Amino acid sequence: MAFTKLVTGNLIKTEQNMNLHEYQGYQLLSRYNVKTADGGMAATPEDAVAIAAGLKEKSDSEIFVVKAQIHAGGRGKGGGVKVARSVDEVGELAGKILGMQLVTPQTGPEGKKVNRVFVARNVFYKGDSEPREFYMSVLLDRDTGKHVMIYSPDGGMDIEEVAQKSPERIFREIIDPAAGFQPFQSRRIAFNLGLSGNAYKDMLKFAPALYTAFKGSDAQLFEINPVLKTSDDQIMAIDCKVVIDDNALYRHPEIEAMRDLTEEDATETEAGKYNLNFVKLDGNVGCMVNGAGLAMATMDLIKLSGGEPANFLDVGGTASAETVEAGFRIILKDPAVKAILINIFGGIVRCDRVANGVVEACRAYGELPVPVIVRLQGTNAEEARDIINNSSLKVYSASSFADAARMVKEVLT
Amino acid sequence: MSVLLNKHSRVIIQGFTGSEGTFHATQMIEYGTKVVGGVTPGKGGQKHLGLPVFNSVSDAVKETAADVSVIFVPPPFAADAIMEAADAGIKLIVAITEGIPVSDMVMVKEYLSSRTARLVGPNCPGVITPGEAKVGIMPGFIHRKGSVGIISRSGTLTYEAVDQVTRLGLGQSTCIGIGGDPIVGTTTLDAVKLMMADADTEAIIVIGEIGGNMEAEAAHWIRDHGKKPVVGFIAGQTAPKGRRMGHAGAIIGGKGDTAAAKMEIMRSCGIHVVESPADIGKTVASLLKKQK
Repeated sequence: MAFTKLVTGNLIKTEQNMNLHEYQGYQLLSRYNVKTADGGMAATPEDAVAIAAGLKEKSDSEIFVVKAQIHAGGRGKGGGVKVARSVDEVGELAGKILGMQLVTPQTGPEGKKVNRVFVARNVFYKGDSEPREFYMSVLLDRDTGKHVMIYSPDGGMDIEEVAQKSPERIFREIIDPAAGFQPFQSRRIAFNLGLSGNAYKDMLKFAPALYTAFKGSDAQLFEINPVLKTSDDQIMAIDCKVVIDDNALYRHPEIEAMRDLTEEDATETEAGKYNLNFVKLDGNVGCMVNGAGLAMATMDLIKLSGGEPANFLDVGGTASAETVEAGFRIILKDPAVKAILINIFGGIVRCDRVANGVVEACRAYGELPVPVIVRLQGTNAEEARDIINNSSLKVYSASSFADAARMVKEVLT
Repeated sequence: MSVLLNKHSRVIIQGFTGSEGTFHATQMIEYGTKVVGGVTPGKGGQKHLGLPVFNSVSDAVKETAADVSVIFVPPPFAADAIMEAADAGIKLIVAITEGIPVSDMVMVKEYLSSRTARLVGPNCPGVITPGEAKVGIMPGFIHRKGSVGIISRSGTLTYEAVDQVTRLGLGQSTCIGIGGDPIVGTTTLDAVKLMMADADTEAIIVIGEIGGNMEAEAAHWIRDHGKKPVVGFIAGQTAPKGRRMGHAGAIIGGKGDTAAAKMEIMRSCGIHVVESPADIGKTVASLLKKQK
């Protein structure tokens, strides 16, 4: 039960923190001596062929896997992972996958454009024993405030499903922040996964190295699904999802350099330039708020007033004319927006300054195509309302949260 | 009586001479908080805002008998600043800093587990006991001395709740902004326990948000041990799964993290949950009226 809660509560797609591609994850893992699938990244079919030819020389195998590199899971289901049976076929498949708009259960219906593939040597070769797939991840356990390694003998599947159906098959090792990852924990992992012989020994290296990689990269998540035990008893990562803690990137310029802006939402990136924290949603009322909690509460209020929030937008501590104008531009890119609610609680930031900013921004923007409701409360709120009311702009001024809700309802009907 | 803070609290500021530290120290002093000095390594011996600057927290404690520290140190140095304060014997550490790496906070939490200091935050507005002391960045003037205790993970949403309570002619005993990060020093439950034990607090407002387990944990304790009416609100009913809503801690992972799930648990534990953030103040007002 506790496992279920832990797993489903934590395995998350964190889009505002920095995601890495699979091949970049392998680069990090290799740096910490975590064994990974042998292969390389290619941006053209020619490069893919060259990588396959090199792999063939090393292993004398003509079976390869070509995997699309995008920031979304479920790539196999969308046709982004293919097996090639010759070096030439690697080129053909790479040609098909590169440039395709890959749709997976995590990308949304529009899919994501594939700019790179990873070409790997086949690791499911025949040998003395059957290959087996496990699940392993490292992340923060919020309940204890410690890092936890979660693992299961049921690899290669959706781990949330495993957690629901057979929670007894999910294990975890809490890592002591002072003592670090201990050898007895590696042994317990290896035993729980039913390993013996060389595979057991390999896991005693793999598990602590995985934790060191997680810690050394200041990651929020390292998820290896699956970890493979090969038919000749080696343990290796053959997939890799890595999320880095944005707040720690200042001490990892080499990881920051891995950021792939083509994978990030262009509007959200633009908003970031103005220090606006923006998340696009599918609604009809845009909002601009100072503070994340108040922004969420404002979205909730929009919903309770009969609208649907079109976005989350936290303008932070300063709401100047420039940021408000940028906010207008970003929100109004969405033609579904029928109204905008600005909700600022002036504490340190003075409402009259914000009001002037709003008026200036409205004028700079030109004719605003939708009604704007402004609710300013806190420091100098009354002066602010006068500024808005005397501006001769098509802007409605609300004083309380409840007032703002009523006005949203009015402009929508 | 009050929670965590009163007019006798002796407060120092870490990151005293920086722009944030200077601005908010001024505001705190104007509010009447007994600020006794500050710390900026390398500037020890100087005066700032008419108060002594020290090189270390232990120097400051030795010279001023400070028992509260508020931290405005930038994220890369904030974890160190918190541990320094704990080491120096500070009893209440309020960390305002936003953006501390999570792995730093894992170490801080471990460090504090064997020490007596209480941490509030990080990434929080601070703590205020109206009429006595303000340690943080909240606007003082919206508060009024009274009997409602407020606990919140958010900054401006807390101000909103405070403002609603004040406008209804009520006031606050103490407001604790516990912070929006995945690891915080004082949890919702910790804060609820303090308020339940405080003679000046007659009703409690708990403002939570999506992500994590803190509100559910507090709700279960309230069901079994609560003696005062509690009003609850969870921000993020309309937040989508898997997207971080500003705060590092505000993200829906599984089913238990959603606003709906949290509100349901709180309701089932006897908490008066409001759907609309506009109803926080009037709900607590009606509960207090019923009591009398």
